[in-house]
Amino acid sequence: MASYILRRVLVTLPVMAIVALFVFSLLYIAPGDPAAVIAGDQASPADVERIRQSLGLDQPFLVQFGTWTWRILHLDLGTSIFTNLPVTSMIAQRIEPTLSLMMLTLGLTLVVAVPLGVVAAWKAGSFIDRAIMAFAVSAFSLPVFVVGYVLAYVFALELDWLPVQGYTPFSEGFWPWLQNLILPSVALGSVYIALIARITRASMLEVLQQDYIRTARAKGMGQRSILYIHALKNAAVPIVTVIGIGVALLIGGAVVTESVFAIPGLGRLTVDAILRRDYPVIQGIVLMFSFLYTLVNLMVDVTYTLIDPRIRY
Amino acid sequence: MTVSTTSSATVPPSLAIAQALPDLLAPVKVRRGVVGFLRNNLTVTIGGVLLLVLVLIGIFAPYLGTADPTALAPAKRLRAPSELYWFGTDALGRDVYSRVIFGTRVSLTVGLSVAALATLAGLAIGLISGFSRWADGIIMRIMDGLMSIPPILLAIALMALTRGSVGNVIMAITVAEIPRVSRLVRGVVLSLREQPYVDAAIASGTRTPMIILRHILPNTLAPLLVQATYVCASAMIVEAILSFIGAGTPPTIPSWGNIMAEGRALWQVKPFIVFFPAAFLSVTVLAVNLLGDGMRDALDPRMAKGL
Repeated sequence: MASYILRRVLVTLPVMAIVALFVFSLLYIAPGDPAAVIAGDQASPADVERIRQSLGLDQPFLVQFGTWTWRILHLDLGTSIFTNLPVTSMIAQRIEPTLSLMMLTLGLTLVVAVPLGVVAAWKAGSFIDRAIMAFAVSAFSLPVFVVGYVLAYVFALELDWLPVQGYTPFSEGFWPWLQNLILPSVALGSVYIALIARITRASMLEVLQQDYIRTARAKGMGQRSILYIHALKNAAVPIVTVIGIGVALLIGGAVVTESVFAIPGLGRLTVDAILRRDYPVIQGIVLMFSFLYTLVNLMVDVTYTLIDPRIRY
Repeated sequence: MTVSTTSSATVPPSLAIAQALPDLLAPVKVRRGVVGFLRNNLTVTIGGVLLLVLVLIGIFAPYLGTADPTALAPAKRLRAPSELYWFGTDALGRDVYSRVIFGTRVSLTVGLSVAALATLAGLAIGLISGFSRWADGIIMRIMDGLMSIPPILLAIALMALTRGSVGNVIMAITVAEIPRVSRLVRGVVLSLREQPYVDAAIASGTRTPMIILRHILPNTLAPLLVQATYVCASAMIVEAILSFIGAGTPPTIPSWGNIMAEGRALWQVKPFIVFFPAAFLSVTVLAVNLLGDGMRDALDPRMAKGL
């Protein structure tokens, strides 16, 4: 077990290195000269050259990549061109709304999608199954912002049940925090729910045809125990895999959802950074999200061994 | 004497034969050809027809009662949908109907180009990776790296480097989609290589390029076609998202994402500006997804009955 986890971590390291190299290259080939930007309009060419040397920008690509990686390992993501603040602290300021939104969406998805998929597989071919799958296909085709606007229009503008936009920090109470996040997380979760309901159904259908399910039925086990103890546990590996892969949807979707619902999180920071061409910030966010995504999938791989003891690499 | 099974009247009693059994089962009609395929695969038909209609809308955009989608008319801004302005007018007085109709062109161009480019590039990379062991190690590590950057963020990062143009949007989304396609092709190639007929071809001295062309390539086409439709759907959504957050198609070009981005500030009072492009985008993506799901079921009967 421990050696499996260790090996899995070691496999992840080169992937992270490639991500880092890619993200660094983005900054390296980005248009504009950081030295000239820092020096300002009044600087002479000699000043710019001096700043370039002090930043190490005259060094060869690989040397720059080395020093840059060293800084990343010390959690230094550089300084924003626009605000002159360290990127790390800019991300830290904005991370709470985004993490709240993503965690809530993840929880909502698991609570809704897995039972939907189980029911659809159990009643395969029935009206319920068809209805759930039709919902899944349409939810898969509706872009996040479309769902977001429709939800906000119906539940916030017309019915006035929930706030239209904005975010309240968790420190100001659970209910105000939750109230602002319900609509965004339903909007963000719709695609994810569709994805996981579909994979749960497919995986369950396969397991339900196995001999041991028939045996369980034959010995008179209750339907619920068969579904949730025998079947779901054996169907779990593909489901957990897709939950991990689907986190990419959450990350991408969060950027858009935050724009629709005016949530001051990392998504908004990304959009602002793009409009200002603030490359260090864009780079920092891409790097952070990619590492987060890799980490989630590493955790998913480790979970396999807990769900299915047969898995050994 | 001819014995008819239907009329027993002329048959003498000693030769009586049993009454014809009633037809309990309707005769099975075997449908063949394109029409038969479409009738048997309703999902493909619905998706295909919807998509065809949208393609025609895109091609004939100037003849569908549209005005110049970029013509400003400050005096007529923010009109609600009416007989004159079917979808209303936006904050600059531009006709939303014309903009949405012309926006069809951008979405379909991006979706179809990305699907074609990503599929071709992914096919090439997947084939190389599936056939060359040393290249496989390097290529797959790079693909792992690219795949661990969420596609939308990768496209955003690439768009930040370049000026916004439809071509650059297509390139950025293509790069983000290539890893998934090449992984799929590699997987198919690796499993096909174990097939007896490939062994037979190798044993009879067929050269590798010929094996790829004759035995591998035709078998990758079905899953690739299905994957291409999903890439197309995802590319159209990503294009709209990029434009919506201001990192995609330049604002001068009417694309659905741009129209929504412009309507965003006013959506609480004038929801129709956001509604119409959103509805068109959803229907288009749904059409492509239905086409893909239907083709997957038709090409792989084991997956059928899944809707």
